Amino acid sequence: MVLLDIQDISISFGGITALGDVTLSVDRGTLCAIIGPNGAGKTSLLNCISGFYKPDSGTIVFEGQDISKYRPDQIAQRGVARTFQNVELFANMNVIDNMLLGRHHHFQIGFLKNAILGYRAKAETIHRQRVEEIIDFLEMEQWRKHLVGSLPYGVQKRVELGRALAQEPKILLLDEPMTGMNQEETEDIARFILDIHEELGTTIVMIEHDMNVVMDISERICVLDFGKKIAEGTPLEIQKDPEVQKAYLGENYESVLEGARRS
Amino acid sequence: MAVTRFCIRSYPQDLKVFPSPAARISLVWLLLFLLGLPFFSGKYITFVAAVCGVSVISALGLNILTGYTGLISLGHAAFMGIGAYTAAALANKAGFPFLAALPLAGLLAAATGAVVGIPTLRLRGLYLVVTTLAFEFIVEHIIYHWESMTQSDRGISLPTPDLFGYTLDTYESFYYVVLVLAVATALFTKNLAMSRTGRALVAIRDRDIAAEIIGVHLAKYKILAFVVSSFIAGIAGALYAYLLGLISPDHFTFNQSVLYIAMIIVGGMGTVMGSIIGAVFMVLLPEVINAISSPIASAYPILSPRIGAVSVIVYGLVIILFLLFEPNGLYGIWIRIKRYWKPWPFTY
Ligand SMILES: Nc1ncnc2c1ncn2[C@@H]1O[C@H](COP(=O)(O)OP(=O)(O)O)[C@@H](O)[C@H]1O
Ligand SMILES: [Mg+2]
Repeated sequence: MVLLDIQDISISFGGITALGDVTLSVDRGTLCAIIGPNGAGKTSLLNCISGFYKPDSGTIVFEGQDISKYRPDQIAQRGVARTFQNVELFANMNVIDNMLLGRHHHFQIGFLKNAILGYRAKAETIHRQRVEEIIDFLEMEQWRKHLVGSLPYGVQKRVELGRALAQEPKILLLDEPMTGMNQEETEDIARFILDIHEELGTTIVMIEHDMNVVMDISERICVLDFGKKIAEGTPLEIQKDPEVQKAYLGENYESVLEGARRS
Repeated sequence: MAVTRFCIRSYPQDLKVFPSPAARISLVWLLLFLLGLPFFSGKYITFVAAVCGVSVISALGLNILTGYTGLISLGHAAFMGIGAYTAAALANKAGFPFLAALPLAGLLAAATGAVVGIPTLRLRGLYLVVTTLAFEFIVEHIIYHWESMTQSDRGISLPTPDLFGYTLDTYESFYYVVLVLAVATALFTKNLAMSRTGRALVAIRDRDIAAEIIGVHLAKYKILAFVVSSFIAGIAGALYAYLLGLISPDHFTFNQSVLYIAMIIVGGMGTVMGSIIGAVFMVLLPEVINAISSPIASAYPILSPRIGAVSVIVYGLVIILFLLFEPNGLYGIWIRIKRYWKPWPFTY
């Protein structure tokens, strides 16, 4: 069943076509990867889905509703959560507060009740419980009260993932979740993503450069190049696609793909 | 793992406004002191304390807008002025009682706040500052020139307020009204700050992109910050008007707006304690300068015309020094002292 249906979206910035008639549909419960060289338009695609960019043309249908003209916060409320290529966190807050903010639209009480102690404490306790579960899940107990700005980059990426999870999203958009991480951290994140996918059943769209990870964990792959979708299919199909090999990997594609296949 | 278990048991404690017993005990002492103040101090000190209370309320309002939400406003005194003149007009011309004029003053200021907030949705930083500055001057102009309503610089007087049949005709009695409202405002602000709404405001201040992506409606919360902040300012303005009994345009000038910014900076932006300390400090500073300088002035009469200028310079210096050396304000200094004396890991 289709959860997210992107039809022919285009967006350009002063002559540069970041996306040209890109069509992509994501079924409920799949883990889909978007790959492509730098500047291919991958981040722009996520920005269109989450409402930061308004596509010049085309539709983005999420659960049967065209969200292409909605504000980012409206889209978030409908169950779309994401992380950013360069983390977007609240650096002056601790890990718990960052994640509690992820639960913003799960609070059902209004502003005046909020400011009255009894109601606030009751509501907060429930959400705090959920946040602690996520902290357990992502194995971040030791950092829970640390200011996010003071944490290493790898941990910050994990906090951002946790904040997105706290939103209890129907679809999770991850922009290069493993970039700038060492081998061990990469494996941790890959494991978390798989767990989120399998245990929570969350639909995931992930941009990632690490071919080993992409080939390993994704069910479908979409390849962008110069704002165009040049291929879509299972990891095996993508590995065999000559177009992809040519466009995406340049001269030494064979060694890279071989490496991915062997591991 | 042990650590986790312990912390899980303490969520409700994390959520308390005053988590430690020590904080609660010192608060009780402070409250007792404030309740007893009119009994062991003179009329003038009680009056100054009431002014402190009004400033605390107003500074808390500005803190919601500027400290938490990060929207810098140079129009805070204008909102106070709207509240003050609304109360004065209602009480003086229409005979409204205190209990009706006070909330109406807050509401009119809040409505104005909503209107001022709308254009600011598209503005940031300096542009926002200039817009609020323009608003300040517009309000000053209206107050000055709408003679039939405000009586311009002759000032407009207010009747003695009545509360539940009691006439609040002394500074002492009005002091208690201000005290109750100041405590209520502080508790409200603290609760607000620790709630979902407060977190959303701080999120907007710290990183609006991230706030949007987790579902915070930026426009709604910015307007909310304006409305709440100006409501509180309106209430403070009305209280100030009743306290003085006579208000004139120069009580709500641009200088006053700057003074309120100074209060929250000196006390510590984005904290309730900071606004309280900052407001009290900035109200008492000229009193202290006065107390020190009046013997000097009487000993050297030649200096007396210069004393006023000196107090302005000291004011400015204090703000600059805080900006340079202690961006966390007086409250930041206090926290640092406390941390120094507290054997930190073991009290938990
Ligand atoms: N806000 C923007 N303003 C101008 N150009 C942009 C903007 N966002 C993206 N682009 C351009 O669109 C192209 C695609 O960028 P991006 O989506 O970030 O690529 P990727 O994430 O695949 O590396 C690039 O040429 C980039 O310069
Ligand atoms: Mg990118």
